[in-house]
Amino acid sequence: MISRQNLRARIGVFATLASALALSACATTGAAGDTASASDAKDAKKFAAKVESDGVFPSTYKPYPNIATAIRGATVYDGKGGKIENGVVFMSGGKITSVGGPDTPIPADIAVFDGTGKFVTPGIIDIHSHLGDYPSPSVDAHSDGNEATSPTTPEVWAEHSVWPQDPGFTRALANGGITSLQILPGSANLMGGRSVTLKNVSARTVQGMKFPGAPYGLKMACGENPKRVYGGRGRTPSTRMGNFAVNRDTWLDAIDYANDPKAKRDLGKETLVGVLKGDILVHNHCYRADEMALVMDMAKEMGYKVSAFHHAVEAYKIGDLLRENDVCSAIWADWYGFKMESYDGIMENAAFLQREGACVVIHSDDKNDIQRLNQEAAKAQAAGHRVGIEISDATAIQWITYNAAKAMGIADMTGSLEVGKMADVVLWNGDPLSVYSRPEKVWIDGALMFDAANPKLRPVSDFELGQPGEGDVK
Amino acid sequence: MKRIASCGLGAIALCAALIAPAMAQDVTITNARLVLGDGGAPIEGGTVVVRGGSVVYAGPASGAPAGGTSIDAGGAWVTPGLFATVTSLGLADVSAVSESNDISARGTPFSAALDASTAINPASQHILVHRAAGITRAATTTMPSGSIFAGQGAIIDLDGDANPVMQARAFQMINLGEGGAQRAGGSRVAAYALLSAALREAQALAGKSGIPQTTEITKDDDVLLTRFDAEALVPVVTGQQKLYVAVERAADIRAVLGLKSQYPRLDMVLVGANEGWLVADAIAAAGVPVIADGLTDLPESFEQLGATQSNAGRLARAGVKVAINASTMQDPRRLQQVAGNLVALTRMPGATGMDWGTAFAAISSVPAEISGMGGKAGVLKAGALGDVVMWDGDPLEVGSVPTRVFIGGVEQNLENHQTGLRDRYRDLDESARPKAYDW
Repeated sequence: MISRQNLRARIGVFATLASALALSACATTGAAGDTASASDAKDAKKFAAKVESDGVFPSTYKPYPNIATAIRGATVYDGKGGKIENGVVFMSGGKITSVGGPDTPIPADIAVFDGTGKFVTPGIIDIHSHLGDYPSPSVDAHSDGNEATSPTTPEVWAEHSVWPQDPGFTRALANGGITSLQILPGSANLMGGRSVTLKNVSARTVQGMKFPGAPYGLKMACGENPKRVYGGRGRTPSTRMGNFAVNRDTWLDAIDYANDPKAKRDLGKETLVGVLKGDILVHNHCYRADEMALVMDMAKEMGYKVSAFHHAVEAYKIGDLLRENDVCSAIWADWYGFKMESYDGIMENAAFLQREGACVVIHSDDKNDIQRLNQEAAKAQAAGHRVGIEISDATAIQWITYNAAKAMGIADMTGSLEVGKMADVVLWNGDPLSVYSRPEKVWIDGALMFDAANPKLRPVSDFELGQPGEGDVK
Repeated sequence: MKRIASCGLGAIALCAALIAPAMAQDVTITNARLVLGDGGAPIEGGTVVVRGGSVVYAGPASGAPAGGTSIDAGGAWVTPGLFATVTSLGLADVSAVSESNDISARGTPFSAALDASTAINPASQHILVHRAAGITRAATTTMPSGSIFAGQGAIIDLDGDANPVMQARAFQMINLGEGGAQRAGGSRVAAYALLSAALREAQALAGKSGIPQTTEITKDDDVLLTRFDAEALVPVVTGQQKLYVAVERAADIRAVLGLKSQYPRLDMVLVGANEGWLVADAIAAAGVPVIADGLTDLPESFEQLGATQSNAGRLARAGVKVAINASTMQDPRRLQQVAGNLVALTRMPGATGMDWGTAFAAISSVPAEISGMGGKAGVLKAGALGDVVMWDGDPLEVGSVPTRVFIGGVEQNLENHQTGLRDRYRDLDESARPKAYDW
């Protein structure tokens, strides 16, 4: 969607656009509104906040040192539906340098791993995680995922809740081969706030994990949760129609804000305007087919696009609509029946979407399932086979790599094994769609960040030092 | 008759079976990759013979008695039915819809006296869905709500007939970890004081020692123990009813094992035991079985800082009888996936897993034995219940599902709400009529 180069360019464009948009945002503070940068403003007031286009809470992630590495002899799934038997994956300088069959040339002086009998995939990507904002231990003091004090809180940013010491990140890496993940606010609110996309690299700060150049997301939620949370307090919304009314009023306010050059800066509306401009991607928690159809119409009414419906257990009922609207469905393989709006969950959901040519993403929303997204994809694939919908192994892997990256707006940087992309790579000790297989090695930007054979290449969070089982296999 | 109407495409044979009264068939399955459930490796070309609802033979073809309807498995995997423990199957339709949920009862004054067998709904969709996943028997229980005692669990079958309860009041469950501490008033100390008071009273009621003097024990709006709860604990202190103890921390496990010195007849089972590997030898020495979580590997609470997926394997290696706990997974049809993952661990450096046969036993014969159904459920051998499952692949592999399920010798209908939706949405064609007419 957005290449790195384009992204850089886009920042430039954004600065200009900022005059048109932020414009509004900053006019009343008088600082950054009429120029691209607050620091450059000649007539700046004495006190002035930076605007987003200046770079706020910027990523400080830098790839770790890597050595040129090749894996040969493995079965390679490229993440975009391709499969190479006896393939070669060569990475150097943190990028994928070449991918191909057994004859693919490899320089002589590099590290080479024999992948015979093993499998290579792009790093696995979870589009829906709460690691860090609902970390382990899950005590009240760590409950930082839902700002459940107002039905619309587009002003909150998930990254301000992420605890980088959550041991869950390390399990997702070692057991699940997760190299990138999107951390979302919870679903108590209609508009829960901004998501953040992370590289799954241990860091002292969340900025040290932020995926450079990834767009933000806006978490929205349909259905039972918002109406239960707020209706239970005797306030709106208490019904599904209330959910829509509050959403629509909020969008109308955001549109007014975007059109008002004199408006006082408003963090929540800045997020919503980002959505209207297409810079921030909407990730909408929504179970029921009928509600998804309504949301897509609301998006048309207000002039934005939904990137993905999450927990879309009834997506299979409207695969045609989802395809036509170009909206991905981020789903579980087998969750059903735990709440009313999940009552119609079936294991054929992914396969029926695939049949319609709609975009499928398998997600976790769970600190345990994120360790086994490959197995969830395999379950959904098998359910398709049983109803005569044959989904290739390579396509099932695409559900947890490229398609996730696409819905998160990072598909030009990661999610597939293509020359020039980030060298986010997993070497599996067997078929990743088998329950018997596990990641053997995981590279992120070409740096070996997990090696099952080397206990010291297993990250241990601060929290686990000096505790029972420190450094255990987990 | 409703079930006949629900017969869908591809279920003709099953429908025919349903029109006839559900009777145990005499069935011989040959040419199977036969898993006995006893921990051993599969037997190629195996035969299982079921007569009058019970297994009369399971093993190599050469030893099988002649006669009965024969089904050629064509080399497919054939196993005993899976035994799910600890579950809430039959106690809720939708867990978040409180009026459909009998799993916990925050408003009741009763705790240990609660008897799950009074509420099992054999027509529950969860029972139908899990039957189709190869689970034929289950231990099902209410969960603690107002007090540390969850109540008395039942052993059920999943055949959907009018009598799901095989054994009522099979076990009492109690939480003696963080959850129990919170319910007892905020500390483990309070939980132990309540447990001590309850068991002392139960001993008196059993005529063992002291004079019964039960008065209600309350805390704010919660009743922690009533006379009826104390009476319900009599079979626990006399060892006639098993006591499932939910506990995680190594220190808590040691304390629970220590209860046996004061109450020697307690027939205990540990549930969860995520730090069990730290005290595996003590658990083994006490002869207490463990219903272990399987894949829990995060310090989700301070009572399980040492959680690791290798826990079950390390316990088994130490000689502990280990079954897989269904209560912490998304739903019990993931038992096969969890067991398969334990096999995967055998290939990971530094990890301890289970070989295939042991892992399968941990979701079949071992949980059955722990539930007092040893030799009857979760195993194929002469005298066992005729619970037989044929699979479309390796039963521990994530993509595999049963193709045919027999419970007590009766072939089961594998249709349910989900298969109805599946069949309706095989296409999105509404050119002639809305989807509502497609059934």
